[in-house]
Amino acid sequence: MAQPNSEIKYLTPIAVDTKKKKYCRFKKSGIKYIDYKDADFLMKFLNEQGKILPRRITGTSTKYQKKVAQAIKRARHLALLPYVADLLK
Amino acid sequence: MLKQYETVFIMTPVLSEDQMKETVKKYLKDLKDKGAEIILEDNWGLRKLTYPIQKKSTGFYYLIEYKVEGSSIADLEIAFKRDERILRFLTVALDKHAIAYNEKKRKKAKEKEKIEV
Repeated sequence: MAQPNSEIKYLTPIAVDTKKKKYCRFKKSGIKYIDYKDADFLMKFLNEQGKILPRRITGTSTKYQKKVAQAIKRARHLALLPYVADLLK
Repeated sequence: MLKQYETVFIMTPVLSEDQMKETVKKYLKDLKDKGAEIILEDNWGLRKLTYPIQKKSTGFYYLIEYKVEGSSIADLEIAFKRDERILRFLTVALDKHAIAYNEKKRKKAKEKEKIEV
């Protein structure tokens, strides 16, 4: 059976079809403990306003997302990370 | 079994150098009186806070890693709360992954020192 989308000719290819497989970076690199003290590593999990990025964007598994969230909240308590920021990056 | 803890506290920038050292010494003595075994002390020095705490925008950070009986943490924290030189403190119990992580960090730091010496 010919592939359905091959019959439909698009002027411009759909951008969304190349969905790269998201993976949990902690499982892959085997990091077991997320240190709340190094702020620049935790910065990767914050958006520009300093809010914690959701799992559907970072792709981390539940277990490590909870650890990341707890580490970020501790860092915020110690004023290593801001609660609210603009143009953090 | 002695559990391992890690405390980070921030002191107000108004303190002079020796006042800051004396505060740290006071807490280290408190810990030693409770039979704690200090594993690591780390002075991060004066750092900028990402948001003002008690109208101050910088603070002296100090980190202590130690093994102690669980019961003595409560009155250590009361002492922190009473002391007005301390802006903020955070005590964290370390699980086995955290202990392994800190050990690796200490080893790396020692190796770096050896190379520099």
